Amino acid sequence: MISFAPIDEQIGRLARGLKSLLADTGRDDPLMVGIRTGGVWVAERLHPAVKIREPLGTLNINFYRDDFTRIGLHPRVTPSNLPFAVDDRHIILVDDVLHTGRTIRAAMNEIFDYGRPASVTLAVLVQRHGRELPIQADVAAQEVTLAAGQHVKLVGPDPLELVLQESS
Amino acid sequence: MSIDNLQLDDQSRLRHFLTIEGLPRSLLLQILDTAESFAGVGERAVKKVPLLRGKTIVNLFFEPSTRTRTTFELAAKRLSADVLTVDVSTSATTKGESLLDTLRNLEAMYCDMFVVRHALSGAAHFIARNVAPHISVVNGGDGQHAHPTQAMLDMFTIRRHKGGFENLKVAIVGDLAHSRVARSQIHALRTLGVAEIRAVGPQTLLPPCLESLGAIPHNQLSDGLRDVDVIIMLRLQRERAQGALLPSTHEYFQFYGLTEEKLVTAKPDAIVMHPGPINRGVETDSEVADGARSVILQQVGFGIAVRMAVMSLLLGSQAAAEREGNQ
Repeated sequence: MISFAPIDEQIGRLARGLKSLLADTGRDDPLMVGIRTGGVWVAERLHPAVKIREPLGTLNINFYRDDFTRIGLHPRVTPSNLPFAVDDRHIILVDDVLHTGRTIRAAMNEIFDYGRPASVTLAVLVQRHGRELPIQADVAAQEVTLAAGQHVKLVGPDPLELVLQESS
Repeated sequence: MSIDNLQLDDQSRLRHFLTIEGLPRSLLLQILDTAESFAGVGERAVKKVPLLRGKTIVNLFFEPSTRTRTTFELAAKRLSADVLTVDVSTSATTKGESLLDTLRNLEAMYCDMFVVRHALSGAAHFIARNVAPHISVVNGGDGQHAHPTQAMLDMFTIRRHKGGFENLKVAIVGDLAHSRVARSQIHALRTLGVAEIRAVGPQTLLPPCLESLGAIPHNQLSDGLRDVDVIIMLRLQRERAQGALLPSTHEYFQFYGLTEEKLVTAKPDAIVMHPGPINRGVETDSEVADGARSVILQQVGFGIAVRMAVMSLLLGSQAAAEREGNQ
């Protein structure tokens, strides 16, 4: 049975991992961007923990998804909001669960439509198997191995909780 | 087939966008909400999202237009669609090709959407009824009937400035008789539930059916503007309204032209809108058109976001319907 550590503990772990990575790579004064919706919830907690100077950016990747021609437009899209220039800046991209990698691809495409960042670092709460693209997290609070049909989902925003779902 | 059935598919998704009439409030709000999420795209370094990449949109303009044509074009380009504008008045139809033959030729080029502007009422409906099932039709203005995307961008502008619709009094001023914009606006305002819609103009320029549409006629500008939150000026369609309907444009301006002095009866925070093109000094004084309460140029920018929303919702419904069909 898979168990998840309490969210505060996971955020703490993620913050420590991220700070040490930023120090090692010399990525000073980074910006943080959360992916809607779960990634924004994580980023809202991570942002003060890592002491990011500028406000949190949020991305809504719905206009960058690769499945529009298959499933159509998602209703009620909150627009992306990057309240800073991304050019030549180090960006920490935050999401809740890294699974296929398609969301991250879409998010990176969108970020590059705002400018040319110096680097993009990926931080996720949970990294699971099932990648369909060559994308990996730089920092993950937890790695899990799931049985077929199992999914991890972050529910929130208050309180935040990771739950295991079974699909038939 | 009724208009409702033509515009909505069996899952109540938008299939064609031909008129506001008969569309539910939830769908109008969905268009406004979707437009809201596109509104920031024009301010970014790359003014584009890849949503409609690989789709082909054809602007079929049988009647001249600058604002509508260019904003539809920009909307399609900002969604990464390929867009083709056919000025039909200078194309094959003048060589005798029938409308249906023109359509069949464009269908054979694997287009996904037609945006149609035509001087005859009902033209977009005719085309929607006759196109291949994989094509969506948007009415970009047909005769004196409807101009639904203009009405939606006006609703978007009102919501941006007033926050909602419920308690608003809205005056539509001028040549309502010849205005497809006014007709669509009245349907939209009514569906979105504004408190009061007034139609202000000389009797000869007010259509007889106003009350049944839900608008209250006023022949005096000062009465019509009293305590309103929103003033929508319409262009005096000089080409249509000359002769018996009006003594002169000069006299029209004296009685119905919007000036700063005549604005005093409206609420202090009332906004002034105009779908364009403006006849300065005929229906609107320059001082008002360029003044602090004018939101006329904002309307143009919002028009792009609203047209992006309509296009992506239409092609999104196609995608969703196709997927269901494959399951």
